[in-house]
Amino acid sequence: MSAPAESLPLDLETLYRDSNVDAVLQALERELVGLAPVKTRVREIAALLLVEKLRRSVGLEAGAPSLHMSFTGNPGTGKTTVAMRMAEILHALGYSRKGHLVAVTRDDLVGQYIGHTAPKTKEVLKRAMGGVLFIDEAYYLYRPENERDYGQEAIEILLQVMENQREDLVVILAGYKDRMQRFFESNPGMASRIAHHIDFPDYDEAELFAIAGIMLEKTKYRLDAGAEAALREYIALRKKQPHFANARSIRNALDRARLRQAKRLFEQRGARLTREALMTITAADIRASRVFEDKGEET
Amino acid sequence: MRLTQGTFSFLPDLTDAQIRAQIEYCLAQGWAVSVEHTDDPHPRNAYWDMFGMPMFDLRDAAGVMAEVDDCRKTFPRHYVKVNAFDATRGWESLRLSFIVNRPPSEPGFALEREEGAGRLQRYALRSYAADRPEGERY
Repeated sequence: MSAPAESLPLDLETLYRDSNVDAVLQALERELVGLAPVKTRVREIAALLLVEKLRRSVGLEAGAPSLHMSFTGNPGTGKTTVAMRMAEILHALGYSRKGHLVAVTRDDLVGQYIGHTAPKTKEVLKRAMGGVLFIDEAYYLYRPENERDYGQEAIEILLQVMENQREDLVVILAGYKDRMQRFFESNPGMASRIAHHIDFPDYDEAELFAIAGIMLEKTKYRLDAGAEAALREYIALRKKQPHFANARSIRNALDRARLRQAKRLFEQRGARLTREALMTITAADIRASRVFEDKGEET
Repeated sequence: MRLTQGTFSFLPDLTDAQIRAQIEYCLAQGWAVSVEHTDDPHPRNAYWDMFGMPMFDLRDAAGVMAEVDDCRKTFPRHYVKVNAFDATRGWESLRLSFIVNRPPSEPGFALEREEGAGRLQRYALRSYAADRPEGERY
């Protein structure tokens, strides 16, 4: 018995064009630098949902796929940003009905006294329904050193909803890799309900520079030739220092450079300003950073 | 006798899909939806028991539907209604309220007459269900 090989009324190409997922994926590619493994996985999920839609249209029901995810990676690697994009993609593909993102931490889920946790967690879950629930630093939910901690209760309610109302919401847990690892080891129920573990790699220097370029473009600033070299140098130095938070550190550095640029312009307020001058960050604005001072002291 | 209170009360009972659509409409208007229940069907009983807190900042009806189902499961023989509260200045009141669950049999109301002074006649409405104490009705 061979399956009938009739061709389908809908092909993937039409479906892909009809959903505006293409635009979201393009934006992901354009606005997020690096993150190759993340982008691959996002594409895979998008493909799965498209194929699933096509399968459903010809009566091949398979039930809603489990899309709960865990994002692990160092600070500033784009976990929250990708979660927001993920909500858009899931909405574009019709998996989540509203496509909004509710970002919470332990404080929003866990109560302060007995009987406080369950209503609190349930309220957050209800708010997130139809969209994506993003739990930042999820490992704080579970505190093994305190056996009367209410975090366990929140985890149990989460698990129940993750299992029973899969089509209503997608849960994304995020945090540092090693601590998430430990969190999953002590909560096997949670680990088994999460289908997608996505690791966010650190950015290399060229990627960080590209990120700075995107940030500047968005805020309508530009670097002059000297500043570009200074920024490259800055990134190399900052990367070696403690508390380096990838893209977040770059954003902070640029914010401080803007501050210095404003101060510099203010100090020469007698002179007539050009539009160009208002946009330009010079090498001096960047080289005034503490990062360069430290280098002087050390070497 | 079928109880008719609130919006849609002269229509046949709403299906779950219709209830969901109504809640979606309420949420789209920015109203806060809440669930209430009672076993005292008297029309002047304005104080139904709240089932959980009113739900603010919801985006999707799934959260309310879960609450409605929960309430139906806990009180299968009670009246359950869904309220939508509009907090806009000037309104600050319920905009929509409809029954989503009712007991399997509704005995209805008795009309009681009371003789007053002279030929004065007073009328009162008494629900048969309320004869028994709270919690044992229906």
